[in-house]
Amino acid sequence: MRGPSALPRDNGELVFAAPWEGRVLAMAIGVVQSLDLAWDEFRRRLIAEIAANSGRPYYECWLAALERLAIELGALRPEELGELSSSAGRSG
Amino acid sequence: MRAAALEALLTEKGLVSPEFIDSIVAAYVNDIGPMNGAKVVARAWVDREYRQRLLADGTAAIAELGFGGPEGEHMVVVENTPEVHNVVVCTLCSCYPWPVLGLPPNWYKSPPYRARMVREPRNVLAEMGLDLPESVRIQVWDSSAEIRYLVLPERPRGTDGMSQEELAALVTRDAMIGVARP
Repeated sequence: MRGPSALPRDNGELVFAAPWEGRVLAMAIGVVQSLDLAWDEFRRRLIAEIAANSGRPYYECWLAALERLAIELGALRPEELGELSSSAGRSG
Repeated sequence: MRAAALEALLTEKGLVSPEFIDSIVAAYVNDIGPMNGAKVVARAWVDREYRQRLLADGTAAIAELGFGGPEGEHMVVVENTPEVHNVVVCTLCSCYPWPVLGLPPNWYKSPPYRARMVREPRNVLAEMGLDLPESVRIQVWDSSAEIRYLVLPERPRGTDGMSQEELAALVTRDAMIGVARP
């Protein structure tokens, strides 16, 4: 979609600073749908991650919150995330 | 890359697919954004009954125009008047009404905005380019997991002959957050 009513980008800021940020957002939406959860299940973990790491880039908080959600609901085992899980587990 | 590793794992488990992720990203980049909220505002400017429905039940009235989904479940629309100016913040994180505004701009997510807008809104608004007369009361709304706010700006003077589409083009994202006026 292009034109005067097209993009958030028209307001002078990119929606995503890097492609991985958009993919993390989409992954969170997808996992919440696949597990048939309320969106709030994700959101409260995001709030916790942001509260615990005020200087951390925003979408890194998303990533950590999503890892935490997947592990806490048993969708992933901590060891599957390998060394990633230690960084996710450290916060909060 | 950590995000790519997680995507591979979640794909393997069948929780997401690359096609699903592509489609969501495309939707947020192309189709979901402030232009949706602008249509809501423009409709409220020209249709008195719609405006009343919008102020009474934001979620339902916004859904009438086909907008809804994650982060749009509990919408409250707050109306600017000559006496009151509304502005929205999320002090906890970055709660924001995605279906009508898209994803939040970086400044909305920044700790200084989140902390200062509550304490000294008049100063923060002035720094962002919106100088309000002392006679205008500023009402700050703190978004939460329960409620998402959208500001209904005042219709600008001199727009009587404009169509709904022309009006929508005047409505900016910042005006619907309350840090600007159309």
